[in-house]
Amino acid sequence: MGVGWYGFSPHVHDLSFREMMFEAASRAYYDAGGMDPRKDVDTFISCQEDFWEGISISDEFAPDPIGGAMRPTMTVAGDGLQGVAHGVMQITSGLADVVVVESHAKPSDIITFSDVVKLSEDPIYVRSAKVPNIHFVAALDATKFLSRGKATRADLAEVVSKNKSAGLSSSKAPYAARIDKDYVLSQDYVLTPFTRLDIAQPVDAAIVVVLASETVARRFSDTPIWIHGIGFATDSSNLELATLGEARYMRLAAERAYLMAGVESPLKFRGIFVDDRYSHKELEHLEALGITDVVEKLREGYFHPGSYLPVNPKGGLLAKGYPLEASGLSLLLDAVEYMREGEESAIVGSWRGFFTFTGSVAVMSR
Amino acid sequence: MRTNLRFRPVAVIGAGMTPFRRRMLDTPQELAWEASRRALDEAGLELRDVDCVVIGSAPDAFDGVHMKGEYLAHGAGGVRKPVSRVYVGGATGVMTAISAWYHVASGLCQKVLAVAEEKMSPGRPHPQSVFRYIWDPITEKPLNPNLIWIFAMEMHRYMNVNRVSKEDIALVSVKNKRNAKKNQYSQLGGDITVDDVLKSEVLVWPVQLLDVSPVSDGAAAMVLVSGDIARRYTDTPIWVEGVGWTLDNTSWPGRELAYPRYLENAARMAYKMAGIERPQKEIDVVEPYDPFDYKELHHLEGLLLAKKGEAPTLMREGFFDVDGEIPSSPSGGLLGVGNPIAAAGLMKTISIYWQLKGTAGGMQVKKSVHTGVAQAWGDLMQASTVIVMRN
Repeated sequence: MGVGWYGFSPHVHDLSFREMMFEAASRAYYDAGGMDPRKDVDTFISCQEDFWEGISISDEFAPDPIGGAMRPTMTVAGDGLQGVAHGVMQITSGLADVVVVESHAKPSDIITFSDVVKLSEDPIYVRSAKVPNIHFVAALDATKFLSRGKATRADLAEVVSKNKSAGLSSSKAPYAARIDKDYVLSQDYVLTPFTRLDIAQPVDAAIVVVLASETVARRFSDTPIWIHGIGFATDSSNLELATLGEARYMRLAAERAYLMAGVESPLKFRGIFVDDRYSHKELEHLEALGITDVVEKLREGYFHPGSYLPVNPKGGLLAKGYPLEASGLSLLLDAVEYMREGEESAIVGSWRGFFTFTGSVAVMSR
Repeated sequence: MRTNLRFRPVAVIGAGMTPFRRRMLDTPQELAWEASRRALDEAGLELRDVDCVVIGSAPDAFDGVHMKGEYLAHGAGGVRKPVSRVYVGGATGVMTAISAWYHVASGLCQKVLAVAEEKMSPGRPHPQSVFRYIWDPITEKPLNPNLIWIFAMEMHRYMNVNRVSKEDIALVSVKNKRNAKKNQYSQLGGDITVDDVLKSEVLVWPVQLLDVSPVSDGAAAMVLVSGDIARRYTDTPIWVEGVGWTLDNTSWPGRELAYPRYLENAARMAYKMAGIERPQKEIDVVEPYDPFDYKELHHLEGLLLAKKGEAPTLMREGFFDVDGEIPSSPSGGLLGVGNPIAAAGLMKTISIYWQLKGTAGGMQVKKSVHTGVAQAWGDLMQASTVIVMRN
């Protein structure tokens, strides 16, 4: 029904996270046709994690900025797209007609970002190994992916070049740049096989999405964007048992979403917005969404903006940065804008980042 | 007998818990699995039968793990399944059951495992330290308040507005610890007197040591399934008939602390869904959240089971005793069983489930019961979650 955002800047220095939430919520309610959250919204969902906020029980701060005080407001400690899935469930169960989903991130407030990430490692088996670089699991995952022999380092560079260039068409992509594949390949490795350009940067942002049942949506808008299917899944959350080199969580989430939406083939969609916080993840996630021969298609330009199946035509997380738990909503926001520009349908695939193996998929159309 | 025809029927068919103890040697994952296994055993299901897992756990800082839901997923059986973690501070336990309800009621899942876990013991130097970081970073944190201070303010306000004595409030602690004696999972069951409470160490006046629930480790789990599946596994499913939750604003200093208006909102939402118009007449057994003894009275009023300021009188008259009109906290509550935050809330829901099923053993209340309510509370004295179940 409506979307609103604030930020997408590496450092929002003039607003607190609560003020950012308020700005995003106000814009979403305006976008939804001038909704009054005090009267028109049934339930509110915030998506956040305590350690990112630097506040224990951070959901205390969820209700006020989004109009959810003295109303049914809850927190899903997960990605924003998981929050959307909870919103869909609250609507389809008959509990609510209008649900607001909010997520925000202010990583510029985090002084010890790497240390916070390390606290998500298993305290016994992984944290005690004291691996200094937080990207080590991603690098192992990428190495395994490349070892399957289809993709090369040059293909990852092509993903970086494609997405950072595509980001120039977006108003919320501070890391967009017109760079070519050779420039990426000329960079030093941060951690094999990644250069600093292969790794998306954290970004400050707040995003609010207004969901509504069909009856209400028809009343407020002539041009709603429909969610036909949604799914989320966790692979084994223990690193030593997880599957590297493929995104099984995304495949399981896609299976559920496709079943709900009756999707025959993802190739019939007009755009795919998928988590690319590491360059290889875009290809891995596309495979998990059921697209075959992704490397060949990438080389043929199949995924480039304006081509057969544009992937991250708004730049993805490599160009926009990743707003922590709001990353899924950031991709959903791109998909909504893309469809409002005239495209018919889109698939959104999000991931929570390492050390998690959880992903969500939404199937949407205009 | 189900009466709610508007929503897809959802039933509880199994539940399990670990004992609640001051310090468990098991890891959080192991605790979650022990409770899950017991719930699956009671339901007659295997892990492979479960479609979705909902996890509830309160501050990540207790277990010391960032993204605690992801970490707990493995122990809660959430491997290669839809798994998510819900969170409303101390009110998380009942919210876990509510979320599991809408997982099934939406049709997305058929069989859901709801797991709540908390391991408070790793907190150093004391789990209370975690609560140093729950405040507004600009206006409150510089004062370095702790949680017992603000609850002392709330208790004081409740006593002052309603003219309640410390003796009347102490009766709650006496009742709940007595009830907990019959609960095999309890940490602090026992026979104490009002005098014991009044002579216990003063923490922050008027809060004394025996007014407060203990620090605990523990886990609890429930299996919720759709109505048609429930009949395949049990002849006595317990139906989830109403759910409600509300968050008040963050600014607790500007709030009237004598009455939990947010709880009344949550209760009205759940009662409306369950078709309850006269709560005191229609509810047979209740598990209000009792991390402090005065909170049980506070919550009984918010749940509309007593008029404002009337709960202490009814408590004194035995109205809420295990053989009273509306037995309250027959499990022994948080004061007797223990308070591993999220797990404690789900324990309350499980207690109502066992009461309605008639399998509560020594905890079973004397009267026959058909409608039960469980409630939890949390955040900065601002959140409440309510669930209504019927047999």
